[in-house]
Amino acid sequence: MPSDATAPTPVPERPFAEPWQAQAFAVAVHLSQRGLFTWTEWTETFGATLAMARAAGQPDTDGSAYWRHWVTALEVMLAARDVADKDTLEALKAAWADAYRATPHGEPVRLKGG
Amino acid sequence: MPHDGHDHDHDHDHQAVPSDPALRVKALETLLVEKGLVDPAALDAIIDTYETQVGPRNGARVVAKAWSDPAYLARLRDDATAAIAELGYEGRQGEHMVIVENTDTVHNMVVCTLCSCYPWSVLGLPPVWYKSDAYRSRAVIDPRGVLADFGVTLPEETEIRVWDSTAEMRYLVIPRRPAGTEGMDEEALADLVTRDSMIGTGLAQEPAA
Repeated sequence: MPSDATAPTPVPERPFAEPWQAQAFAVAVHLSQRGLFTWTEWTETFGATLAMARAAGQPDTDGSAYWRHWVTALEVMLAARDVADKDTLEALKAAWADAYRATPHGEPVRLKGG
Repeated sequence: MPHDGHDHDHDHDHQAVPSDPALRVKALETLLVEKGLVDPAALDAIIDTYETQVGPRNGARVVAKAWSDPAYLARLRDDATAAIAELGYEGRQGEHMVIVENTDTVHNMVVCTLCSCYPWSVLGLPPVWYKSDAYRSRAVIDPRGVLADFGVTLPEETEIRVWDSTAEMRYLVIPRRPAGTEGMDEEALADLVTRDSMIGTGLAQEPAA
């Protein structure tokens, strides 16, 4: 393990490196505040996701994979509660990718019929 | 790709497709909004809170008050959640706050071995290193080594206690008050209280001579 893995960084850190990380964070907090799951249930699901990634040989040595695992945990949590199944999410993901490809630069990206 | 000055690269006229995780979040959000489970305005409010309003300055004020006001320190020891709420800092996950006090014989350090539980209301969101596997696994088995990485060396006889945060229980370290700070007011004292000193991977700063 590199000894600087836990060394402090001199620059002040922003909590989110990219907007999707902030969105994913807010979705989990909001759903918990609305009672879809308790925060304890969230930490158990998220902790299990992190542990699985580590067991699969993808340790998050510098914390950069953290928010990707956060999104995975959200998907797992919502599937377990029959809110979002894999196929529906895949289809929406593909629809968003198409929408970006089809939208002229500078215009807001919207889903067709959305 | 060659250009003749008139023909445009078609792809450049359209928007770049976001990264895979960004698309996954968009898909989740679209579905949750459709189902009425998520209010986009509430998401914006949550993001604004954690990007701009909540941060280690909150915790620094708690520590400075604990150093200055023995009655407040007594309330913190008795019920930290309530004493911290007196200053307007309240957690939203129903968590209980507990303070752990550093002394000349005990040094406290906080970790979350499960994921990244952290006292958001007083410190904001955790730094990258706090969330890393390296810190989460090493803090418990080799706290002295971790402290050395952070440039902190404690006397051999100092006992190091490591506290494992959970969703229900979040710890705030009260670092030792530095020497030479007698007579400083709470605002000036708060300037000496770093984020890391409240996680236990650092010490409060010495006042400028």
